Amino acid sequence: MSSSVIPVPVGQTEARPWVDELHQWLTTVDHKRLGILYIVSALLFLMIGGVEALIIRVQLMHSHNNFVSPEVFNRMFTMHGTTMIFFVAMPVLFGFANYLVPLMIGARDMAFPRLNAFSFWLSFLGGLLLYFSFLGGSGLYGAGNAPDVGWWSYAPLGARAFSPGHSSDYWTLALLVSGFGSIGTAINIIATILCLRCPGMKLNRMPLLVWMNLVMAGMVLLAITPLSAAQIMLLIDRYLGGHFFDTQAGGSAVLWMHFFWIFGHPEVYILIIPCFAFMSEIIPVFSRKPIFGYPVMVAATVCIAFVSMSVWAHHMFTIGMNSYANSFFTLTTMAVGVPTGIKIFNWIGTMWGGRIQFKTAMLFSIGFLFQFLIAGLTGIMMAASPFDWQLSLSYFVVAHFHYVIVGGILFALFGAFYYWYPKMTGRMLSERLGKWHFWLFLIGFHLTFDVMHIPGILGMPRRIYTYEPGRGWDTLNLLITIGAFIQALAILVFVANLIISYFKGARAGNDPWDAWTLEWSISSPPPAYNFATVPTVASRRPLWDAKHPEDPDSRYE
Amino acid sequence: MLARRMKSNFCGGWQIVLLLLWSASTLWAAGPDAAPRHGTNIFFPASTPAKSIADLSVFVLVITGIIFLAVLTLLLYSLVKFRERASDGGREPAQVYGSMQIELAWTIIPILIVVVLFLATARVIHAVQDAPEPAGAVDVIAIGHQYWWEFRYPRLGIVTANELHIPVSDPGHPSPTFLQLLSADTDHSFWVPELAGKTDLIPNHPNRMWMDPQHTGVFLGQCAQYCGTQHAKMLLRVSVEGPEDFANWVQTQQKPAVEDAGAIAGRRVFERNACMNCHRVDGTSADGHFGPDLTHLMSRATIAAGAAENTHENLRLWIQNPSAIKPGSLMPAMKLSDADLDAVVSYMETLH
Repeated sequence: MSSSVIPVPVGQTEARPWVDELHQWLTTVDHKRLGILYIVSALLFLMIGGVEALIIRVQLMHSHNNFVSPEVFNRMFTMHGTTMIFFVAMPVLFGFANYLVPLMIGARDMAFPRLNAFSFWLSFLGGLLLYFSFLGGSGLYGAGNAPDVGWWSYAPLGARAFSPGHSSDYWTLALLVSGFGSIGTAINIIATILCLRCPGMKLNRMPLLVWMNLVMAGMVLLAITPLSAAQIMLLIDRYLGGHFFDTQAGGSAVLWMHFFWIFGHPEVYILIIPCFAFMSEIIPVFSRKPIFGYPVMVAATVCIAFVSMSVWAHHMFTIGMNSYANSFFTLTTMAVGVPTGIKIFNWIGTMWGGRIQFKTAMLFSIGFLFQFLIAGLTGIMMAASPFDWQLSLSYFVVAHFHYVIVGGILFALFGAFYYWYPKMTGRMLSERLGKWHFWLFLIGFHLTFDVMHIPGILGMPRRIYTYEPGRGWDTLNLLITIGAFIQALAILVFVANLIISYFKGARAGNDPWDAWTLEWSISSPPPAYNFATVPTVASRRPLWDAKHPEDPDSRYE
Repeated sequence: MLARRMKSNFCGGWQIVLLLLWSASTLWAAGPDAAPRHGTNIFFPASTPAKSIADLSVFVLVITGIIFLAVLTLLLYSLVKFRERASDGGREPAQVYGSMQIELAWTIIPILIVVVLFLATARVIHAVQDAPEPAGAVDVIAIGHQYWWEFRYPRLGIVTANELHIPVSDPGHPSPTFLQLLSADTDHSFWVPELAGKTDLIPNHPNRMWMDPQHTGVFLGQCAQYCGTQHAKMLLRVSVEGPEDFANWVQTQQKPAVEDAGAIAGRRVFERNACMNCHRVDGTSADGHFGPDLTHLMSRATIAAGAAENTHENLRLWIQNPSAIKPGSLMPAMKLSDADLDAVVSYMETLH
């Protein structure tokens, strides 16, 4: 095991002027720096998207509220959804993948470092384009105008007849540009994993995080391409007289739905599979046991990827597909529950018989397990298409996918932050602030999203800027809004923790969690070249082998 | 200490359990004879499609509830039982890599559950979607417009807006209503939760849905598919009436507009301004189709697709400045003088 660091002559380490430092960050092709850039940009957009969510929640606090106009409200939910999916969730997960995959497979960088930088800046440019719409949206009148067609931009609402001006164009271009960035990153991740593994790192010895990111990257290639194609078709409709989705000239609104959701559903798994990856690293380390059923976990991931490509029309149960199509998509959607269930069981199996340490990262992982279980079960409810005829497009659906995205993805991400922050910065995050962050966020989350299921059952549709009194929705909405503010408070605690710990956190050392994968064998933060000498591995847990030479994993695999 | 932590960690779980119990109990409490309460609760079905959906929903809720409790128990047990203790002395636990038997068990059992759920669901899909239209059915064409509903009864020769009137359906002599769903502009969705699940109205893509309400009363709902600025106030009312009431309503609606000599001034204003370009008043030269048919405006309880009650003040405000009631509505402010405004409102008030 090689963990030595190449000694650097003293003269080269003195502080550079900040302009140089900035120049280094802007021109970097180092996968670790790009990873951090992805993560930091995602955190900025998280703040913006969060403020938009709070505006939505204040407006819905009680019936007939006049906090914002319907136009502003519609922009807020459109921008909130687009921002959180494309400019928070995807970049932050790409950031972690960028940072961790080369380290975990013993590589010195990604396969294509320049493509890596190009992809990041494309994605970031997409985010800037989206937000420029506030200034440039309808230019002529001098008033800003962000997109307000919903984050699906269903046809024909996105057509020129119903969405004049340029606000929808910014939406289209932002997704197109950031989509190219995503495709570049996906190619890079696949090439890196297939080509740059260190000696001994066979496919069946790769850490699960690497496996799952490989699957995620494959899905990005399959899912983002139809989205990009649809955006180009929409641009052709809007500017070159095309009629793909222009219903007034015989185009098909349903075609857009198919294009959007054949991207949209795999997208959910593109986001959740890297989170499964975090869980599959964090839970074993804090249970002090290897992952239960490694081959089954890999198989289940690949299985989810395949099946999830055939479930998209469950977003379209209300559009009047015939009963055979509805039955087919009911079956495939329920079938995804099987490999997903296997994963939950395997994580519990990992904890079973272990010695569980309740560090903040582990608390968030337990929160993930619990919430993802519920999200999966409400997903089964909506897979039953007749049930979905009632629940779809209601607040029940909003509660369900926030359970997936906040209760699942965001909790897993917080776990990942607490787990890998020491590696990225060399400092530990404060456990004390971490516990505050966890409990506040947990309470806020459950207050908001547990309650949010009920107005859906009581008939409240989504995307309405106000509602009639006397339907039994008022009190529930007030509770949801209070919960949202508690979550916002928790996020502030988290950001404070990130900043304070960066300067004042305890030194992390190479391996603060007594973990087993390669990134913990080198210094924190790792040197630019990662590994002074390329390591050689003999099992899935190289550091376990190094720490327990009397009982190495390699003996059992 | 740790046990207490666990408890608060999983308070969300109890909320879900309560939700499940509450949902189930609302269903059981709501037979057809329960107090007439026409809100928008999907567990108070008053019509066969809504009822079969609610029955299936309870079945799915029970199964998922059992799965939830089983997995939660496993999770809680392992968290409490296998937590780190001081007595462990820092030793690593036994390193277990997996077990094929256990993996097989938790693959096969979920597959069986999926098969059961799928079969139960497919049955309801077929029963609701493929139901044949009986001879006594009422046909309605529902057309979604940006922020209002047009209802046409092709066999009865009626055109009305926003408030759908249908007959109650006696299980002995069913008279269900079959709706053909069309859209004039963007996507909409017809959702009256206590009568049926929602179905979208999509341009160039005609859809169908049906309902056979078992008791009379007004059922509420609204557009469920985001359709533009005023999606929120595209409300729906379905008036379910006994056979005689429905026949009376049909008779009234089939008549041309009342001609009231006292309102002639208002009618002039209506016909001289842009009103008649968008609205139709049967029996007059006003034959617009962009906005709601006003022939029997005063037979409706609300205006502006349910956004306001049909009162003198609201009518006046609506004509003067629609944005005051529905910002983003496609009806322009007519900028009438006070005298013209009063005249046209009194004309509207004669349209019974």
